[in-house]
Amino acid sequence: MTHTLGRPDFELIAGWIEPGHRVLDLGCGDGTLLKHLIETRGVSGVGVEIDDTNILAAIKNGINVIQGNLERGLDEFADQAFDHVVLSRTLQTVRHTEGILREMLRVGREAVVSFPNFAYWKNLRAVLDGRMPVSEDLPYQWYDSPNVRFFTLRDFEDLCEKMGLIIKERHVLDEQGNIVENEVNFLGSLAVYRLTQNR
Amino acid sequence: MPGQSIGVVEAQRAHFEQPLALRSGGILPAYDLVYETYGTLNTAKSNAILVCHALSGHHHVAGYYADQPDNTGWWDNIIGPGRPLDTDKFFIVGLNNLGGCHGSTGPSTVNPATGKPWGADFPMVAVIDWVHAQARLADLLGIDSWAAVMGGSLGGMQALRWSITYPERVRNAIVIAAAPKLSAQNIAFNDVARQAILTDPDFHGGNYYEHNTRPVRGLRLARMLGHITYLSDDQMGEKFGRELRNSAFSFGFDVEFEVESYLRYQGDKFAGYFDANTYLLMTKALDYFDPSREDNGDLVATMARSKANFLIASFTTDWRFTPARSKEIVAALLANGRNVSYAEINLNFGHDSFLMDDAHYHGVVDAYLRNIKL
Repeated sequence: MTHTLGRPDFELIAGWIEPGHRVLDLGCGDGTLLKHLIETRGVSGVGVEIDDTNILAAIKNGINVIQGNLERGLDEFADQAFDHVVLSRTLQTVRHTEGILREMLRVGREAVVSFPNFAYWKNLRAVLDGRMPVSEDLPYQWYDSPNVRFFTLRDFEDLCEKMGLIIKERHVLDEQGNIVENEVNFLGSLAVYRLTQNR
Repeated sequence: MPGQSIGVVEAQRAHFEQPLALRSGGILPAYDLVYETYGTLNTAKSNAILVCHALSGHHHVAGYYADQPDNTGWWDNIIGPGRPLDTDKFFIVGLNNLGGCHGSTGPSTVNPATGKPWGADFPMVAVIDWVHAQARLADLLGIDSWAAVMGGSLGGMQALRWSITYPERVRNAIVIAAAPKLSAQNIAFNDVARQAILTDPDFHGGNYYEHNTRPVRGLRLARMLGHITYLSDDQMGEKFGRELRNSAFSFGFDVEFEVESYLRYQGDKFAGYFDANTYLLMTKALDYFDPSREDNGDLVATMARSKANFLIASFTTDWRFTPARSKEIVAALLANGRNVSYAEINLNFGHDSFLMDDAHYHGVVDAYLRNIKL
């Protein structure tokens, strides 16, 4: 499987987004996903990013990007301003987990969340071997990791239930970006969820 | 930032005979605007950028004069071949606004009706009046629509006003270190500055020209106060700390601390060339600025009239117009689905950061301008 965007979760996310949709990408990096969605799906998009280098890169990419800190909420965005709010591989870096999920579904109809699964068997083996896991989807050493929350698919789904969030769709990927169908909490390295809530 | 200065430039003057109806209800029967241009207007006339000045700025934005090689434009570091406002690509226009004291019609120029300086008779001018006057200058130069209108502080407010009042004539607005309207604290600072001038015995109700004097003390105080608000606490701490000019306290009221020396110098320098009436007018224009007033304070409704793409930038240490104030503009644009990018730039120079030559800051402006369509 080749990944034209370099990140397999991007292709799943792109597949959920219809032409003309309004998309907010939280932690948009250099704007690669938004640029792809604009070019291939004709969406209108905005990114939020905290890092100066990424802000500059996103502006170079011609993306609408707003510099801001997700921990402080999404005050500058109106209720239900977007069809999709994307948080790709970023939830594990945010302290205010419930806060950001609520904000995503305040400003958007649907939330798309991807995150590394801490219960992936290779991660578990690393811990059994006495080491914090370092993998394709958890690429940091413990001392330089931006990640502050470590959780599994089951943990996340429990939180969704507690918060009353509805899981519309879920895809689980292995380290190579291939779809995992069975024993997902054990065999999956990265999970991508499509969430909504009753209004 | 790489790139070079534009080099030698010349100021030009345009005379306008068509009366200008002002926001305050007054009318300017005729007026002059002085301006400078850099680069070449392309045949489609689609590459023009208007740079609007802030409180104490003017038309000499970039380059230097042949007979005054040290007189460098106030935003020279961002304009020139290879610089963000690249004169190889863009045609850049800067002017001195109405009410100014650098050659355009203002309180210190002669009122043709009386043969004397306008003084107190010069009508109150608002940001929207400047924008209307700038639109006439654009007409004169054959510019139907600006590739961008840009400014910092009060200049950014003009860019914002352009996008609202002439939506068809602004394709991009670059609004730096600005606010959608002043806060009570902003207005309070401005009023203390005005009081310093108005209570100076040499003010003579604004007609000091005919008394062959100037309210230098008031203007100096006004500038000293203003200057404090343009800098950050950290920057003043780093630059001056509690350094004394001499090693021991002198227990008197002469200059002792370095920061006093600096402020007095800045005040003296400014009071030496700037016109007090212009200072009063510019601060009032700031106070009155509030485009959302037309929509009962609903900035979202106001920005619905704009059609431009926006780059909004603020500075982390700017406490005069904080990042939160810029974000009010951003939120109103987002609510209307406008194309907008927002950069919150980490620079240590307070409100004055917008004039600094910083690689990231200029990189953001450069990247934005490179992507605009001509």
